[in-house]
Amino acid sequence: MSILLILLASAVRQATPLLLAALGGLYSERSGVINIALEGLMLAGAFTAASVTHYSGSPWLGLAAGIAAGVLVALVHGVACIRFKADQVVSGTAINILFLGVPALLSGALFQSTGATPQVPQEQLLPIAPIVLAFLLVPVTWYVLNRTPFGLRLRAVGENPEAADTAGVNVARVRLAAVLLSGALAAIGGAYLSIGQSSLFARNMTAGRGFIALAALIFGKWRPVQTMLACLLFGFAEALAIQMEGVSQVPVQFIQIVPYVLTIIVLAGFIGHSRAPRALGVPYQEKR
Amino acid sequence: MLELREITKRFAGVPANDRVNLTVAPGTIHALVGENGAGKSTAMRIAYGFYGADSGEILVEGRVHRFTSPHDAIRLGIGMVHQHFMLVEPMTVAENIVLGLEPGSPFALDLKSAEARIRALSDELGLAIDPTRRIEDLSVGQQQRVELLKALYREARLLILDEPTAVLSPQATAELFTILRRMRAQGKTIVIVTHKLSEVLDISDEVTVMRDGRVVGHRRTAETNAAELAHLMVGRDVLLRVVKPAAQPKAPVLGVRGLAVTFKGGEKRLDGVSFEVRAGEIVGIAGIEGNGQTELVEALAGLTEGGAVSGTIELDGRSVAGLSVRQRRALGISHVPEDRHRRGLLLDFDLQENAILGADDRPPVAVGPGRFWLRRDEIRRKTEKILAAFDVRPPDPERPARALSGGNQQKLILGRELDLQPKLLLVAQPTRGVDIGGIEFIHRRLVELRDAGCALLLVSSELEEVTALADRLLVMRRGRIVAEVDPETTSMEEIGLLMTGGSAAA
Repeated sequence: MSILLILLASAVRQATPLLLAALGGLYSERSGVINIALEGLMLAGAFTAASVTHYSGSPWLGLAAGIAAGVLVALVHGVACIRFKADQVVSGTAINILFLGVPALLSGALFQSTGATPQVPQEQLLPIAPIVLAFLLVPVTWYVLNRTPFGLRLRAVGENPEAADTAGVNVARVRLAAVLLSGALAAIGGAYLSIGQSSLFARNMTAGRGFIALAALIFGKWRPVQTMLACLLFGFAEALAIQMEGVSQVPVQFIQIVPYVLTIIVLAGFIGHSRAPRALGVPYQEKR
Repeated sequence: MLELREITKRFAGVPANDRVNLTVAPGTIHALVGENGAGKSTAMRIAYGFYGADSGEILVEGRVHRFTSPHDAIRLGIGMVHQHFMLVEPMTVAENIVLGLEPGSPFALDLKSAEARIRALSDELGLAIDPTRRIEDLSVGQQQRVELLKALYREARLLILDEPTAVLSPQATAELFTILRRMRAQGKTIVIVTHKLSEVLDISDEVTVMRDGRVVGHRRTAETNAAELAHLMVGRDVLLRVVKPAAQPKAPVLGVRGLAVTFKGGEKRLDGVSFEVRAGEIVGIAGIEGNGQTELVEALAGLTEGGAVSGTIELDGRSVAGLSVRQRRALGISHVPEDRHRRGLLLDFDLQENAILGADDRPPVAVGPGRFWLRRDEIRRKTEKILAAFDVRPPDPERPARALSGGNQQKLILGRELDLQPKLLLVAQPTRGVDIGGIEFIHRRLVELRDAGCALLLVSSELEEVTALADRLLVMRRGRIVAEVDPETTSMEEIGLLMTGGSAAA
């Protein structure tokens, strides 16, 4: 019994950064902007949060700085994709590659290290708050999407921006708001990794979680509750792999690949189909 | 209600509207007609604030207004229903209607009150629209009514409808006109942009004709007729009736027996269809859209998607049922598809590339081992020949197909298909979205083709078109052929009854 409880608790912890990033991605993608940059946004948040916490001694200040960094990077992605109609996948990929390098560069300058920040003392780590926040955001996101004017416009802009435009909705503004929101949420996910789950930023510490979050988002059909379930599934597999390390006969890698194989099966259309927002990835050119 | 004064608008120096004057009286239905490219849509987009005019004035209820965006027009009570609906498919009717004008607070959308208002508006006009349904579950006609509701919800008193019947079946068109008359009775003013003269005469009180960016005439509908309007639109006399000698049918070319197309779950969209088409005759298929005509043409062309085809299809006595599209084309079956954007053309490719589609593996275009090489000079020659023979304008082989008007796109497709010298031509909706001058041209070519000994199977949802062109007329309903009639001697009403299965034609 207790082993199961430990496993579940671990699954929730593992799922938290995925869920934050995936919900961030949800806002962006439901508005029609592909956010493959989640990985880079998480890294930006994680590194900034750890650095600022190290200097200030306050994880809250660190978190705030991390969010600011995420929003700033998201702004770059947003301006490139919305204002200048850049290819969204290319812009996102560029950000991902950039933030593999930027923390290494800055940590060299700031801490004379090759990509890690100094350890943050135990008492300066984020408490349980990000976990609570992540799961609280699931119903909140559902409500925002389905019960507020902003959510209605967001969905409209992601499906048929021309229709939204003729109805008087400012397509660019709604999309930019959504992309900035995704930067903030992904950065919180990153900060949770560096000053919540562990106590420092290590080079490439997200280890692909941004992409896994994206997979969870697609698996969850771009809907909040389903996306949460997908994140929990991925988190559970991760937790299981950690628990079974050294214990099981089966190589842990096999357990770790289960969720991904599942994702591929889902995406290949075997278990219901997943329909993306219709205007996803298509820059909108205003008339006139 | 609305007045345009001396409106001029140029796109890249080319005038789309040249000193356009238009006066729409309140409480009337005003038709704005003209060929494609005559400038009627431009004029209406200016009236809706979508474009700014280079010069001229817009007056609403006698006062001059400056429009910088559609918002200004909406505020003054002008609504527009675009030809391509501006609806978000996975969202509900109510969500679509309130979009951009949401009731409630920023933190709580009040859809309930909106739904009640929409229901009231819908009931008032008898639209029968349920605001909680999703757009994607509605028919095209219903979606159009949602667009009307969208304008009415924004308290429009003047409604501009851009080519509202282009996407509608004859039944849905009749229903739309009933609704428009009710709206007029409520005191609304309606501008309807169209190029179909029968509709103008049917629905409008007044009509303004445009040609080449200018207003060339204004009439009270009761005091004009189709011939006069056509003359104004085209600038010359137009033959509105098809003139053809009696058919001289020869040997059967196409033989179809027991043809059925079955979809998943045993749904038969085509069932037990048998008929033949002889060389030198046009066999018409009449029917309300969605009664198996599309499936029939696709089965004959080898294009059936997702369904199982059974039965016999013979060309010159030889079975072609199992053959691929390319094999069928090689045997002499050409096809002018109903949806030219989806199946007829590659819109972003130039006219040369479009002109050799389906002939791209034949000499003289393709040469060498395996027909590996394409000869650019031959492609160009062939394209220029088709463009000249079918009067495609502008005859620029390097333009993308997208840049042509609907009528010219259709002429290009027809030219390409006839260039293959088919034994059998399958032609669906040949004049959909084509203007009057183009219709006359296409009809004449189809009759010439018949007289040259080709067998033609013609499907059209325009009853007037099939009855005028066909030598024999088959009526389809629910995937079956329910009757064969002589189009010369059978009245429209009788055919309409056969199409609807005896109930009064809607």
